[in-house]
Amino acid sequence: MLQVKNVSLSILDKHILHNLTFSIDQGKFVGIIGPNGSGKSTMLKIIYRHLKQTSGLVTLDEKDLSHFAQKKLAQELAVVTQETPVLFDFTVGEMVMMGRTPYKKWLANDNEDDFAIVEDSMRLANVQHLKNRPFSLLSGGEKKRVMLARALAQQANILILDEPTNHLDIEHQYQLMDLVKRLPITIVAALHDLNLAAGYCDELLVMMDGELYLEGTPEQVLTEETLKEVFHMQAGISRNPFTKKLHLFYHTER
Amino acid sequence: MSKVRFLFLIWALIGGLLATMTFAVMVGSVDLTPSLIWEVLLQKLGFVSEAEAAASKPQSVIIWEIRFPRIILAAIVGAALSISGAAIQALVKNSIADPYILGVSSGASVGATSVILLGAFGALGVYALSFAAFLGAILSVSIVFFLARVNGRTSVIRLLLAGIAVSMVLSAITNFILMMSKQQGGIQAVMHWMLGSLAGAKWSNLGIPFFTLLLVFILLFSHYRQLNALLLGEETAATLGISLDGFRIFIILFVSLLTGVVVAVSGSIGFVGLIVPHIVRMMVGSNYKLVLPVSALIGAIFLVWADLVARTVISPEEMPIGIITAICGSPFFIWMLRRRRYSFGDGE
Repeated sequence: MLQVKNVSLSILDKHILHNLTFSIDQGKFVGIIGPNGSGKSTMLKIIYRHLKQTSGLVTLDEKDLSHFAQKKLAQELAVVTQETPVLFDFTVGEMVMMGRTPYKKWLANDNEDDFAIVEDSMRLANVQHLKNRPFSLLSGGEKKRVMLARALAQQANILILDEPTNHLDIEHQYQLMDLVKRLPITIVAALHDLNLAAGYCDELLVMMDGELYLEGTPEQVLTEETLKEVFHMQAGISRNPFTKKLHLFYHTER
Repeated sequence: MSKVRFLFLIWALIGGLLATMTFAVMVGSVDLTPSLIWEVLLQKLGFVSEAEAAASKPQSVIIWEIRFPRIILAAIVGAALSISGAAIQALVKNSIADPYILGVSSGASVGATSVILLGAFGALGVYALSFAAFLGAILSVSIVFFLARVNGRTSVIRLLLAGIAVSMVLSAITNFILMMSKQQGGIQAVMHWMLGSLAGAKWSNLGIPFFTLLLVFILLFSHYRQLNALLLGEETAATLGISLDGFRIFIILFVSLLTGVVVAVSGSIGFVGLIVPHIVRMMVGSNYKLVLPVSALIGAIFLVWADLVARTVISPEEMPIGIITAICGSPFFIWMLRRRRYSFGDGE
């Protein structure tokens, strides 16, 4: 279980996050939603320890996250970040193999298990046909899937996704969400598309101005009132006739 | 790159290095045949007795005491600068970096200049130059390192900027000493040193560079995964389990040690540490498991050739090897820059 207790973050006297408290149970798919600048990515960065909170505590299975060795943390927690930095020239296979880094001791070679895990991860993320292609020449969507494959190869208990469906075409958006949903691990994802969030997440955290506005199941959280207050949108809420999941219809007053 | 192709490449390069070294021993003011060279080598290693040997005494002295140490030193220096360059480029995640970017060569220059022109460390005799150069290099890197450290963390951009700032100050000191000096010969000696030369090679001063190269190569090679992860950026490297700060200190420490040792025996030979890792990445990609060994071999071959040219092109005078590496390296580098399908890391 991942717990966030009274976490605040200020940078140069500016409050970025204010007193956030929530917990995420093992195996749940939790979506973090909120408008731009509401602190979704920042919250995730604190969870994967790229940023340090000014006050408060993050615990993983009751243990303070800041006490984990970097390597141990990488075995518990895999991350797919938002931007893909411009890279040196690695093949897709080499990139995915890097997901095995936290398990490798000094001088240890890549063994059969590693190759098998890498193959599985590539197949799951639907990138095995790109194995020998240079990563830098892939499209944005392909890069994202390769990064997902690398995170899968980490075989962590928690997968953190920062806007995973960015740059993906509609087929791959749903393919990625289906794939992630099937994983038997905890997923924490910052999402922009509320219909995707409604369709796949077990729980949603709504953030606004660095605070936790609301949390609960999609049904509890995605109401006309929330949409108006947080996203400043008019919305009608209905169900997708095929999946029976919540579906939002936006409209503006014109 | 498949495993078979990689092994083939490595063996081809080892063969190329041995052939290059044999050829380099042959060429000089006294011409020698390859069989003579291998015979002397086997004889010195005790496989052939002195009575059976066809080489005359002077030939054997030239081969064993003069040319061998110099060519081996060239190979060591080339390999050392190349793997240092590759590691520094991973550290700063930028391919314009070379091993001297943290101030090694400017620090060493101050040390060397003060020995040559001011007679510092006179008590150390012939070792004064190497000692002062090494000391200067290590002091300068330490200053850069501590300037770049803020709140117990080392930032890469601060490291680069501190490197530039410290190098400027140290170059100013070197230039000041040069300006104030009245001895013509001394100034030329300093110039020669700064452009690099392998003329001082002796069996007795090969040991330290060789073992430092071996140590640092093994350490870097056994951390190839961490070096790869660094190329993906700080954030990703950390999520892959790399403790960034500790690993950065590790690279800075050992790369500075190796470049410091190398600069102390050969002067600051430019361009090798910048260009060889590029050539290698073009051949094998960015995976440091391949980049490090291939860099070491290509760097060694390149520098043996460069030294061969340096000592023959205007013989009996010697050309500083730094001039050769720059003249041969730059056109190639420019050609490579113009190629479209090559990824340079940051800033593209």
